[in-house]
Amino acid sequence: MFGTHLSPNDFVFLAQGAGITLLITFLAMLGGTVLGVIFGVFRANTPLWANFWLGFLLDIFRSVPLLIQLILANAFQAIARLNANAFTVSCIVLALYCSAYCAELVRGGIGAVPQTTRRAARSLGMTWGQDMREIVFPLALRIMLPSWIGLTLGVMKDTALVSWLGIIELLKSSQIIVTRIGDPLFVLTIAGLIYFIISFPIGRLGARLEKGWREND
Amino acid sequence: MIEIDHVRKNFGELTVLDDVSLTVNTGEVVSVIGGSGSGKSTMLMCINGLEPIQKGRVVVDGVEVHAKGTDLNKLRQNIGIVFQQWNAFPHLTVLENVTLAPRKVLGKSRDEADAIAKKQLEHVGLGDKLKVFPGKLSGGQQQRMAIARALAMGPRYMLFDEVTSALDPQLVGEVLDTMRLLAKEGMTMIVVTHEMAFAREVSDRVAFFKAGKIHEIGTPEKIFGSPDRPETAAFLKSVL
Repeated sequence: MFGTHLSPNDFVFLAQGAGITLLITFLAMLGGTVLGVIFGVFRANTPLWANFWLGFLLDIFRSVPLLIQLILANAFQAIARLNANAFTVSCIVLALYCSAYCAELVRGGIGAVPQTTRRAARSLGMTWGQDMREIVFPLALRIMLPSWIGLTLGVMKDTALVSWLGIIELLKSSQIIVTRIGDPLFVLTIAGLIYFIISFPIGRLGARLEKGWREND
Repeated sequence: MIEIDHVRKNFGELTVLDDVSLTVNTGEVVSVIGGSGSGKSTMLMCINGLEPIQKGRVVVDGVEVHAKGTDLNKLRQNIGIVFQQWNAFPHLTVLENVTLAPRKVLGKSRDEADAIAKKQLEHVGLGDKLKVFPGKLSGGQQQRMAIARALAMGPRYMLFDEVTSALDPQLVGEVLDTMRLLAKEGMTMIVVTHEMAFAREVSDRVAFFKAGKIHEIGTPEKIFGSPDRPETAAFLKSVL
């Protein structure tokens, strides 16, 4: 069909690429979320003079194009003889990039929980930590989730940039197939479809969680 | 016993409490009346240490609230407070709203906490709403839930901060009934309120606040019947 010579092996190759894309997305979001929560909680609970520098640093990660960050980080680690492989460098850079966005989500989510609700919790004798865990975190999560899902989907597409460091993820693997058999439209359509198949359930999961929460309000 | 002793409280340049002294004995119900912004609510926040003070001291059962080293979380277990905005925890059911603090703060088991919460919720007339989320309740029901939530900690004192001011008029009665019940059971209460009839009915003493000062304090008969101060008379005339 379509007069191409896409073999079953090519599909395996694409699937492997998709696996790498998923793995990098997962690790980047895992690291980025853990760091982002730490940074965000810090930023939400300290006075401006204390968290200004952290905010400034995170702004750099948010402002400089990811491709430049990846290439610079890879060059620096080579100069510093850290012997990190491209995969590690990619995951670290993407995790920091995610953490910068995630920190702002967390800070905004915490700020959106009404002070009066938090006072009610504290007035029952709950500690700062109990208030954060039992009241602030669950409420902030509801506010943050749509943006967090959006961040995940965005980062998944951004992972295509790690191919510049020689990692064969989904986009790169499809480009390799294109160079062999030609017909970029067909191959890229399939690659795009795979991206969609991965993204769709993530987006649906978010919508479902939101709906469940909304029913209680 | 709650002793408020020459307390001064500023918000920046603004003096909200100006040399306020008030002693509330165990079992007593004291209502606090006065215009908006007169410092009534702030006084309640100072009693359980939610607000710092600049001068004087607040002593609850012999513990100085604002002293360094006072365990505020422990102190607050004895002082229930209910706010104008009922501040339900919207992600928890009615039962969970009430059991949360007994479980986390007092370390009660789930069963123990459930039993306490059910008793308190029945007490305030919400025994049939245990599994409901607060968003599905009326304002009056949410406010009664907030009262049950405070009572579940087994406090020795209850502070009420204009708890009916944000309610629709037809919902005020059910909340006042709950408070009446508490007063009858001997709970020590400080009630900041605009409900004059209620204050007159349940209070042992009524304090009139104006511009951060207690201008006059006395029995309801005295304050509502023949106040000494012209400010008190003028205020009552404006609201009654």
